[in-house]
Amino acid sequence: MSIDKNDVILEIKDLKKHFAPHQSLAQTLTGKNRKVVKAVDGISFAIRRGEIFGLIGESGSGKTTTGKLVMKLIDPTSGTIEFNGEDVTKTDKERTKAYRRQVQMIFQDPYASMNPRFKIKDVLEEPLIIHKIPGGHVEHEEMIVKALTEVKLNPPEEFMGRYPHMLSGGQRQRVATARTLILNPLMLVADEPVSMIDLSTRAEILHMMKDVQRDLGLTYLYITHDLSTARYFTDRIAVMYLGRIVEMGDADDVIDHPLHPYTKALIDAVPEPETGKVDVIKELPISGEIPSPANIPPGCRFHTRCPYAKPECSAEAEPELIDVGNGHYQACRRYKEI
Amino acid sequence: MDKLLEVKNLKLYYHTVAGAVRALDDVSFDLKKGETLGLVGESGCGKTTTGVALLKMPSPPGRIEEGSQIILDGRDIMTLSEKEIRKNVRWEEVSMVFQGAMNCLTPVYTIGKQMLETLQEHRDMDRKQAVDLITEYLGLVGLPPEVMGRYPHEMSGGMKQRIVIATALFLKPKLVILDEPTTALDVIVQAQIINLLKKLKKTFDLSFIFITHDLSLEAEVSDRICVMYAGKIAELGTNGQIYGAQGPMHPYTEKLLQATPLLRKKVDSLSYIPGTPPDLIDPPKGCRFHPRCHKVMDKCSREEPPLLEIEPGHMVACWRCGK
Repeated sequence: MSIDKNDVILEIKDLKKHFAPHQSLAQTLTGKNRKVVKAVDGISFAIRRGEIFGLIGESGSGKTTTGKLVMKLIDPTSGTIEFNGEDVTKTDKERTKAYRRQVQMIFQDPYASMNPRFKIKDVLEEPLIIHKIPGGHVEHEEMIVKALTEVKLNPPEEFMGRYPHMLSGGQRQRVATARTLILNPLMLVADEPVSMIDLSTRAEILHMMKDVQRDLGLTYLYITHDLSTARYFTDRIAVMYLGRIVEMGDADDVIDHPLHPYTKALIDAVPEPETGKVDVIKELPISGEIPSPANIPPGCRFHTRCPYAKPECSAEAEPELIDVGNGHYQACRRYKEI
Repeated sequence: MDKLLEVKNLKLYYHTVAGAVRALDDVSFDLKKGETLGLVGESGCGKTTTGVALLKMPSPPGRIEEGSQIILDGRDIMTLSEKEIRKNVRWEEVSMVFQGAMNCLTPVYTIGKQMLETLQEHRDMDRKQAVDLITEYLGLVGLPPEVMGRYPHEMSGGMKQRIVIATALFLKPKLVILDEPTTALDVIVQAQIINLLKKLKKTFDLSFIFITHDLSLEAEVSDRICVMYAGKIAELGTNGQIYGAQGPMHPYTEKLLQATPLLRKKVDSLSYIPGTPPDLIDPPKGCRFHPRCHKVMDKCSREEPPLLEIEPGHMVACWRCGK
């Protein structure tokens, strides 16, 4: 890859996560194997220090599983994860805990990710206790005030005494961000952090996250299905389809000049607030829905829905992600012709 | 064009211990035959409540207040008894695809059984006739008859949404209320469902009320757009008036549009609306939007602006407009 080694904070190499479904004794004895769900099926990417990297995909593309792998909430089937130059794929309990202090997660649902019986102060103190951060109540309270100030919940003292139900969705997501910041992480994994927030405040949360990222020099892995927010929020994106990355590069470059037919189709399907489209039936180059990750098509896994598919697309080996210049990668063997 | 629906002074209050929540406060609009009217706004602005009111089934402790009129095809359904509504209006003339309806299919019955039950509840049909009708409707939404034997968990979100749409159309309603019908779906599937809805609308000569918080999607679907805020209409205009070059007139609509991230244009900074929609037990005096408005004047906090027709077909409730 064209990225300088020293700039890289997280490097994923050929990462795979296959889920084997539960097997009955009869199935084991008769040798009838149920199909393995290949949620993530060999992906590689590197995230630079201080950048916002977007992982885009439909449901079933493997983006959330990738996020869980990066958080080390699940173990990969194969492949490696390197963080700050150190292989963290297989780590003991202590090391995992230390890793999770550096890589924190913001969850999708700000309503479900907080204990309703905890005051905001307790919500924010919990990670300090779990990670045995030295200091008594007074020191901890200072850290809590600092974290709340960073996410611009002012005055922080007032918010500390409130319960989650007293906050709006936007304020809760700020608290969720403060909860990650309190441990001084290097990187945040945010899985659809704004999809449950009203449109009017969505921009406010993205702004806040961007400010925090700049102020503290953080790195984000932003996971979403929403290309429009990704364009606004990220520096680089990777588009996933059925467990593989099909296109990756600078966010503006990929969205303005998509090369892979899947990325093109995704972009074509996104509505825009413009007039004159009510009587138009949109031309959709691809039909059907994403196949099951338990039954991945042979060859290029997109060929079953691809409008440009030729016999070689299903017959020959799966196309690799290739560099087409400017750090723009894509995985279609016919990208020049289409 | 003929009017299919006329809503006049619709008020729906939820009577809670803390006081009456004025979820819909004096809402008036109409809908022409064959038209799609979009309802947009933040959560809690009264979009879904409007839909539910049109079926005359507010969830308790909600009540449609005296003086509200819902005139459907020339007849005020507010004067009808619950029995008459059930027999002749609800699902028969007006049907609704509820938000998340596709996740409310019973997991223990096959699709066929669920559809059959719905149909036989309303129509005196033998099994054979009913199955034929279901097959026909499944075909119309692009599904093979085999899905009747399947269970909901065996189907994708897009397929389930097609089932729900087919079920809403069975009884040949004139008006279909679609509440966030594509929100949980992926963008390609969303585009497929929107295309399907547009085709069905032509085939059956339907009128739609399309509820969504997504202004981009609304632009592709609705002939006219009704922007709601805190239980009232802030702005109502044609697709061209709201999304065209001139742009919307109400500051709320303006901000909502500016807060919408665009895909095909690089935007450096998106704007947002500070604060949250007000408590509807005790909404702000004057214009309900004034505490969050970037164009607020003295008058806004004192007097409530009326919904005025600023140009033909374009209604705005803002002191800054018209004059």
